[in-house]
Amino acid sequence: MAIDFSKDVEHVAKLARLELTTEEKEKMAGQLSDILDTARRIQELNTDAVEPTSHVIEFPATMRDDLVGESLTLNRVLQNAPMREKDFFRVPGIAKNGNDEQ
Amino acid sequence: MEYEVVIGLEIHLELQTQSKLFCSCSTSFGKEPNTNCCPVCLGLPGSLPVFNRKAIELAVTAALALSSEVQLSSRFDRKNYHYPDLPKAYQVSQYEKPVALGGCLKLEIDNEPKLVNLERVHLEEEAGKLIHSGVSILGSDYSLVDYNRAGIPLLEIVTKPDLCSGREARLFLEELRMMLLYSGASDCKMEEGSLRCDANISLRPRGSEVLGTKAEVKNMNSFRAVEMALNYEAERQRQILVSGGSIIQQTCHWDEEEKITIPLRSKEGSSDYRYFPEPDLLPLLLEEKEIRKLKAGLPESPAERRLRLREEYGLGKREVSLFTANRSLGDYFEKVGLKYKDYGNLARWIQGDYLYQLRETGKSEDALEPDKFVELLVLLDNGDINRSVAKELLAEMMISGESPSRLVSEKGLKQISGQDQLLPLVEKVIAENPDAVNNYLSGKEKALKFLMGKVMAQSGGRADPGEVNKLLKNKIVE
Repeated sequence: MAIDFSKDVEHVAKLARLELTTEEKEKMAGQLSDILDTARRIQELNTDAVEPTSHVIEFPATMRDDLVGESLTLNRVLQNAPMREKDFFRVPGIAKNGNDEQ
Repeated sequence: MEYEVVIGLEIHLELQTQSKLFCSCSTSFGKEPNTNCCPVCLGLPGSLPVFNRKAIELAVTAALALSSEVQLSSRFDRKNYHYPDLPKAYQVSQYEKPVALGGCLKLEIDNEPKLVNLERVHLEEEAGKLIHSGVSILGSDYSLVDYNRAGIPLLEIVTKPDLCSGREARLFLEELRMMLLYSGASDCKMEEGSLRCDANISLRPRGSEVLGTKAEVKNMNSFRAVEMALNYEAERQRQILVSGGSIIQQTCHWDEEEKITIPLRSKEGSSDYRYFPEPDLLPLLLEEKEIRKLKAGLPESPAERRLRLREEYGLGKREVSLFTANRSLGDYFEKVGLKYKDYGNLARWIQGDYLYQLRETGKSEDALEPDKFVELLVLLDNGDINRSVAKELLAEMMISGESPSRLVSEKGLKQISGQDQLLPLVEKVIAENPDAVNNYLSGKEKALKFLMGKVMAQSGGRADPGEVNKLLKNKIVE
């Protein structure tokens, strides 16, 4: 493909907080290009008679009753916390070093 | 050039369920941090969400109450962004196919009807709660996260840009809150964060059809804050435009201390959220009969109640508004009204002395047995007790719950009336206060009040004031 996807890869990597090497970027730009080619081929199909769907099974979502069940213990909850302070997850400052707020 | 303000609101509302939207963790407020958490709401790999039926029903109920068109088929999407209150780095929300579209809310502002249209109503999951190390998010070195709130069902209501001042926004929110509270979808407690509001605000030359560049205002923690923040932001934008500048699209943070809006960052395009259909959830399909059932079960709306209070009881604007805003007080009025038909008098007592006593004692609106209230008013209407005794009795009944008739006989509070009983008191007071008598005779009306007070005191507060007044006048002139 003639289109260069390296800018898109950089953009998506930034949004996903991923650091990629130059080789990785090149590799993924190529892969992204292949994926989009495949999507383009699918778009050539005539889907006039097909209902759009986001799921392969035609089935209504299952529901559960509004009942309270067991939660995890505090230690289990915080077991994988990169940083813990008292009973909280501790995270780096959000709106200081140019980090975006959502 | 004259500018007009254009405001649209995004309201977030926690639905009143026992368990979370996608897992069975409790939604109760104020629990120890991170104790209402499980693999689903912590976003641990391999966990799968399952819909809470009640959350869906409440979302539909709220949408119906707002005349929004409930969709038979809707879908959940992942909204991807990195923020520490979101353990999965995406929020399960509804983007392309929300649960309800359109809708409106009718208001009355300065006796003029005002229609505020809605864009959409959608369901999503609540995020966790952040506690910042500094005074605010700005400049804090670190933050602490409590995920108890993460995954509570959250309804987002988006209005069209139909509001044109901070005051209108506040009035809209007050009515919306009442509407949702009545529908039973949420407890709408702003102080607990179960109702929150962000606003989009822009200015445009009056009469123009094109929207100006908007700013998004966040962190408004009360309806009053919404009004102040939007008025502040409108003025800020106006000054920029008047001086020839242009508005930058950005998010602002309302600073409650300083009463100013502070810009946070330039707004990204929505495509950066990289929405895509949530693969872990099947489409939400609703049946028409289900929706019809929920619609039939909708309780009376505030507007319906206002109309009924006006027509059924002939109440004035003030009372109607009080008995709608304070729903349980209104319910109490109606309960007593089943047995006491002078509704005007009843309404005056309830919004006056009764409400005062409720505030004094901190009791709930139905603290006094309706029958006892009726008994008290009947004693007063029949002239068995006077007004000030009735007020005293009410205060006492609030505490002891005692029957007013019993209190009257126990304490000897029965009204003193009739010449035989009152005349001796009146004559005594006249004889003891010649100065006041002379003052009255020389035209000072106040002197009569003084003498009245003396007679009432002599009677232990039990004399019939009307009769005392008449007797005093007659006796002095004699």
